[in-house]
Amino acid sequence: MTVHSTSPQFKQNAARALNDSQLQKALGNVKQGFIDKRQAAADKLPEFEALRDAARDIKNHTLEHLDLYLEAYEEKVKASGGHVHFARNADEARDIILRICRDAGAKTVTKGKSMISEEIGINHHLEAKGIRPVETDLGEYIIQLRNELPSHIIAPAVHLNATQVEEDFRRVHTHLDAKRDLSEPVQLLTEARAVLRERFLAADVGITGANFLVAETGTSIIVTNEGNGDLTQILPKTHIVLASIEKLVPTLEDASQLLRVLARSATGQEMSVYTTFSTGPRRSADADGPENYHVVILDNGRSSMLGTSFEEMLRCIRCGACMNHCPVYHAVGGHAYGWVYPGPMGAVLTPSLIGVDKAGHLPNASTFCGRCESVCPVRIPLPKLMRHWREREFERHLTPATVRSGLRLWGFFARRPALYRLATRAAMGALAFAGRQRGRFSWLPMSKGWTKYRDFPAPQGETFQARWKRERQGGRA
Amino acid sequence: MSDLPSQGRPAKPRVGLFVTCLVDLMRPSVGFAAVKLLEDAGCIVDVPVQTCCGQPAYNSGDRGTTRDLAMQVIEAFQGYDYVVAPSGSCAGTIKTHYPELFEEDPNWRAKADALAARTYELTSFLVDVLGVTAVDASFEGAVTYHDSCSGLRELGVKAQPRRLLASVEGLTLVEMKDSDVCCGFGGTFAVKYSDISGAIVDAKARNIEDAQAPTLLAGDLGCLMNMAGKLTRDGKPIQVRHVAEVLAGMTDEPPIGVAKAATVK
Repeated sequence: MTVHSTSPQFKQNAARALNDSQLQKALGNVKQGFIDKRQAAADKLPEFEALRDAARDIKNHTLEHLDLYLEAYEEKVKASGGHVHFARNADEARDIILRICRDAGAKTVTKGKSMISEEIGINHHLEAKGIRPVETDLGEYIIQLRNELPSHIIAPAVHLNATQVEEDFRRVHTHLDAKRDLSEPVQLLTEARAVLRERFLAADVGITGANFLVAETGTSIIVTNEGNGDLTQILPKTHIVLASIEKLVPTLEDASQLLRVLARSATGQEMSVYTTFSTGPRRSADADGPENYHVVILDNGRSSMLGTSFEEMLRCIRCGACMNHCPVYHAVGGHAYGWVYPGPMGAVLTPSLIGVDKAGHLPNASTFCGRCESVCPVRIPLPKLMRHWREREFERHLTPATVRSGLRLWGFFARRPALYRLATRAAMGALAFAGRQRGRFSWLPMSKGWTKYRDFPAPQGETFQARWKRERQGGRA
Repeated sequence: MSDLPSQGRPAKPRVGLFVTCLVDLMRPSVGFAAVKLLEDAGCIVDVPVQTCCGQPAYNSGDRGTTRDLAMQVIEAFQGYDYVVAPSGSCAGTIKTHYPELFEEDPNWRAKADALAARTYELTSFLVDVLGVTAVDASFEGAVTYHDSCSGLRELGVKAQPRRLLASVEGLTLVEMKDSDVCCGFGGTFAVKYSDISGAIVDAKARNIEDAQAPTLLAGDLGCLMNMAGKLTRDGKPIQVRHVAEVLAGMTDEPPIGVAKAATVK
């Protein structure tokens, strides 16, 4: 079992999001920033497009030989004194992590930002077993206080604004002066930093994600902007890296190539503020570092994507550019998608991980505008993969009956041009006549979806093919 | 109008017009504007019997129906030097998606590839293939232009319509904010996810209005009907037309969603 999904209620979630003025304000504030910054970063780097090709090729190569690179990576981690655990699903991953925490006698666990940890719901699991997990990325910390999922893969609290965060801090940080001033964002940041500093020092285990796992060296790499990842993995005695199988890359050189497109695509930075490399536990000559180093590698359905058209999705490096550029994400935000991964990448990945029967709305809720694909640093053809999901749904008769019967009727006529011309000629003539006064309809039978928000323009009357036949083929041919 | 035959192109190319189902049914004047533009550029235009490119089925996951319709289009448009559509969306379906439909059928794949190679969106055909740099038309006033997604991102249609519009006498182009952002149409998306589509077209309508041009143009009738329908619903007096109508100087028909007042008795 993974975390609970409300993806089947996508439409209701979306309607709620559209009517949430607080959320709409937050979405409005952020969407332009990411886009402009990415564009500026891409414009400054003449080889950016070539780097995207290289990034795609590195990931494709790795996925083709994933078994070999996983083995090589495991060998290197062992050689450096660390442990590798393979988890087939969320349950196994949770059990492994709990066991390591118990072995360490852990009461408090600090966490760097990790979408995989959201996917397996590790926080609730640890809490239920009496271990306190503390998110240390500011955005993750805030949503942990609110008991929410991230609404964005790199900006988890992007759906919130400062006054909401202030309310949460006042509600939770009751040991602080109730009259303190928290009106400025920097005051919120300072308070979070002070609270988290205590947690860092008290933590027995630190859990981080990984942006890359390097087979050549057995190194895990994380990028952060707050430095919380470093404190999470260096201060406690035990460091657990939690990552999914597609994080593998062959070499440090490959990781460097991917890092060059990652931050630029995500936030428009050339590099994130911190890029941290970890290889095994602390060695005798090291100034700091954990005594125990564990890597938990999660599959959770990904290996079944290999060899299918959805393998391309495993190239994803989680930059968030697709959702930053998505008009649907801009309209409804991340929570409407109903599970861990929102936006276009979520619309492709979520059905693979929790089933298209549950997540079927996600790949359908796209205009196929293609803006996601146009910015993806590893060139994942997201609209094409969403269409593949729609094909799977159609094959499995999961497509709504009204859509299927509509398609069947339309297809019947579209396959028979002569009948089509007769039928459309009559229909358009009638529709034009009905709309002749206003030139448009504010209501039409069975068209509520359209006319709820816009008029339906009336047709001109005679179809093009009828008029062409009359003027060019009948009259003058 | 320049009509310099470039290498490998017939002096009077035979063009099969893929009129598109929406233009055929809803706004035939766009089709006749396309015919005029093509004939003015020296093409011989023909309109074989046709229905739809199949995109509604394709985007609904119904590959079987899509393939049937693609085969119908491939056969109907054999024998033309070029196939031109006044739509980036339909041209994109033929050009980029038809070959994908026949990945396991080499015979039809070859036919689909051949058709794809000869198929163009209207303004892209005029500018990129025929080398047209100016049109013989006038239009008084400011217009703003929406880049429809498929044309823009599948076919690279962006500079071509602007280049031709720049040659229209009396016309000034005012760029709107986010002209390259989706209008929220998306075919059946507009109906299936109407709340989201409504929110996206609402944002688009605000950008259109802020451009303060009395006329909105685009190259795809689906997007145009969505935006026009939103603008008339909100009572905004912005005239909405297909770019071909203005380029051909054929703007006698009322704008999209407006009644032919003079003929109402």
